[in-house]
Amino acid sequence: MAILIDKDTKVICQGITGSFGAVHTKGCLEYGSKVVGGVTPGKGGTEDANGLPIFDTVKQAVDATGATATMIFVPPAFAADAILEAAAAEIRLICCITEGVPVNDMIAVRARLDEINLSASGAHATSQPNLITLVGPNCPGVITPGPKTGGGSGDGDPYTNAGCKIGIMPGYIHTHRSDPACTTGKTVGIVSRSGTLTYEAVWQTSNLGIAQSTCVGIGGDPVRGLNHIDCLRLFEADPDTDGILMIGEIGGTDEEAAADFVKRHVTKPVAGFIAGRTAPPGKRMGHAGAIISSSGGKATGTADSKIEAMREAGITVAETPADMGKAMAKALGL
Amino acid sequence: MKIHEYQARDLLASFGIPVPAARVVTTAHEADDAYHTVTKDAGTDLAVVKAQVHAGGRGKAGFVKLVRSAQEARDAAEFMLTNKMVSVQTGPEGLDVTRVLVAAGVDIAHEFYLAITTDRETRRNVMIASAEGGVEIEQVAESNPKAIIKEPIHPLIGLQQHQARRLAFQLGFKGKAVGQATKLMIKLDQLFRAKDCALAEINPLILTPPSDAHPDGEVLAIDAKFQFDDNGLFRHKDVQAFRDPADEDPSELRAEHAGLSFIKLDGNIGCLVNGAGLAMATMDTIKHHGGEPANFLDVGGGASQEAVTEAFRIILSDPNVNGIMVNIFGGIMDCARIAGGIVAAAKEVGFKVPLVVRLEGNNAENGRKALEAAAGELPTLQAATDLTDAAQKVVAAVG
Repeated sequence: MAILIDKDTKVICQGITGSFGAVHTKGCLEYGSKVVGGVTPGKGGTEDANGLPIFDTVKQAVDATGATATMIFVPPAFAADAILEAAAAEIRLICCITEGVPVNDMIAVRARLDEINLSASGAHATSQPNLITLVGPNCPGVITPGPKTGGGSGDGDPYTNAGCKIGIMPGYIHTHRSDPACTTGKTVGIVSRSGTLTYEAVWQTSNLGIAQSTCVGIGGDPVRGLNHIDCLRLFEADPDTDGILMIGEIGGTDEEAAADFVKRHVTKPVAGFIAGRTAPPGKRMGHAGAIISSSGGKATGTADSKIEAMREAGITVAETPADMGKAMAKALGL
Repeated sequence: MKIHEYQARDLLASFGIPVPAARVVTTAHEADDAYHTVTKDAGTDLAVVKAQVHAGGRGKAGFVKLVRSAQEARDAAEFMLTNKMVSVQTGPEGLDVTRVLVAAGVDIAHEFYLAITTDRETRRNVMIASAEGGVEIEQVAESNPKAIIKEPIHPLIGLQQHQARRLAFQLGFKGKAVGQATKLMIKLDQLFRAKDCALAEINPLILTPPSDAHPDGEVLAIDAKFQFDDNGLFRHKDVQAFRDPADEDPSELRAEHAGLSFIKLDGNIGCLVNGAGLAMATMDTIKHHGGEPANFLDVGGGASQEAVTEAFRIILSDPNVNGIMVNIFGGIMDCARIAGGIVAAAKEVGFKVPLVVRLEGNNAENGRKALEAAAGELPTLQAATDLTDAAQKVVAAVG
C-alpha cells in the first residue's frame, strides 16, 4: 500500500535536460522508479542520456506514456507555470523540487489548483485519487521504499523492484518492511518540512530496524501543496503504516494545527521533532517559511509553542534531532 | 531585505500613493536648501528632519526633529550626520547616519494603520486596517483586537473596489476622503503584487484637517515599511537597487554572493551544514550538548566546491570561532564535493581550530576517503559517525 505512490506509478520529469533534472532522473531510475519520459520545451522528439523520450509539452508526455506523476526541476521563475501545465495535463501527483519560487506565484498556483479540485469534487480536499496533489515546492519529493534487490546499476544505491522514488533523496537509507534490516517488523510514515532533516530521520529509523511506508518532504515554503495534516490523514488511513514521524520547524502554525488534528483524528502512534529551538527571532533560517516573528515583543511560530502543542496531543517529542528515531521507537512501544 | 524610509516613500509615490513633499540629503547645507523647497511646496513653515537608518527608536534618540526654520533644519541635520544614533534597537555601539530626510510638516486630524501581508493559513494576501494608527499594530492587537479589520485579497483578481470602499467606511472616512482612501488601498495592493512584497505597511496613514482644497481632509501616507520576498527579488532590479550594503553584515553579504545561506550568531562553534532544517537541527544539537553555535550556514544542494571553500573562509574569518562542525547528509549535495572544499580550504587558509566532520548520504564513502587521504593537511580533523557523536566531539574540543 503506502501512500501517494507505489511501484507502478509512472513518472515524468519536467526540466529533464537541466543539470539537476538529468542527475535525479538517473537516480530515480536506478532506484527502480518507473520514469517514462521527460519534458523540455523545444527538445521534443529527442532522448535523454537514459534513452527516455523527451516531449515539448506535458500533455504530449502524458498522452504517449500514461504518466500520472511528475517531478519538476525547472528554474524558480518557471516553476509556477510548470505546476499549472502538469495540472492542465491531468497529472495527479506533482512534486515540485525547485527551490526559490516566489510566494505570490505559489499563492496563485494554490488558488488555481484548489479551483480545479473544487470543480472536480465539490470539496477542497488535496489528497483524493481523482484530485491533483501538489508536493512542494522547495522539497526533496516523495519516496515509497521497495525491497532491495541489489541489481541496480547505480553507485551504491540499491535497485528496488517494488519501490518508487520521485525526488532527490538518497535511496539507500530507506528500508522496506521485507528487508532483513527491518528487525522490528514495524513500518512508519514520515512527513517533514525539511529535506536533509528527513534523511536524518529516515536513517535513524532504519538503523533502529524500523522500515518506512512512504516519506514525504512537504517543503519549507510558506505557501505550498500538501501540509502536515494532509499527510497525517493519508498515513492514518494506510494499513501498511504502523506509526507516523512528523518533523516540523519554526515559523507558521502548521505544526500546532497538525497536533490538534492528531489529538482528534489519529489513532496510530505519532512521534515528532521541531527544528529551530535555538534560532533567534526575526532571522530567516534559510527556508522562506522558517522565521520566528518577533514584532510587538510576542514571539509566534516558536519551537517551544509547537513542541508544547505536540506534547499536549500525546505526540512523543524528540529532545534533539539525534533522538528522532528513538522517539519513534518509543511511541511504537519498542 | 529592508529599505529606508525615503526609498519606501519613493516606491509609494511611484504607484500614485500621496506622500508629503520631501527630499533626502547627505549634508547640513543641503538640508537648508531642502527645507526651503519642501515647505514652499506645502505652504507651511513646519518640516521634520529624520535620520535614515534601519533601526527604530529614532524619536527618543533625538534623530527625528520638528523644525520651523532653515537654520533649525541645518542644525538638526548637522547633529544627525556627525553623531552616532544610539537606541534600544542599535545596541550601545550605535549607528552612523549618512542620510537624512527633510519632509514637509502636515497637520494631522486622524492617524490610521494600513498594511498588506501574506497569511500562511489561508494562503492569501490580506489587507489589515485600523483606525488606531500611529502606534505599533501589535499593541492594538493586544489591547483592542476589534479595532483591527482584515480583508482577504483574491490571488487572481486582487483587492476589489467594493472591499476597499467598505474598509474606508469602516475606518470612518467621510465624503471625498472615502474615494481617496479607496484608491490608495487599491494602489497599495497593486504595488504589493507588482513588487513581490512580503509586507507593505503604511503607519501612519493620515487624514489632514479640512482645507479649501480638501473639504473632507486629505489622505496621506506619512511613513511606510516594506519587506520583500527574497524569492521574488530576481525579477525586480529596481528593488535590488534599494539595497544598502553598508547596512548589512559583511560576512552575510559575502555568503550571499557565494550562494550560501548564512546568519551570524554569537557563539564559538562554526557550523557548515546542507539544508536549512538540518542546519537548524545541528545548532539545536550543539546547544543541547552545552556548546554555542557561531552561525547558521546552509550550503544548499547545488553548491560548488569553490562555494564550500568560501564558506570555510567566512566561518574562519570570525575571530570567535574556535571549533567547526561539518554535518552533511547528501541528497543533491555530493559528499565528495564537501570533502574537496574542506581540503581546498585546508591548503589555502589551514584549519588551526578543531574540525569535526560527519558525512552521510550521496557519495559519502568517497568523501570520507578523500578526507583520510588528505589527513596530513588536516591535523585537527576528527571524523564523526552521527549527529550526537559530532556535536559531543566539537563541544569537547572547544572546551
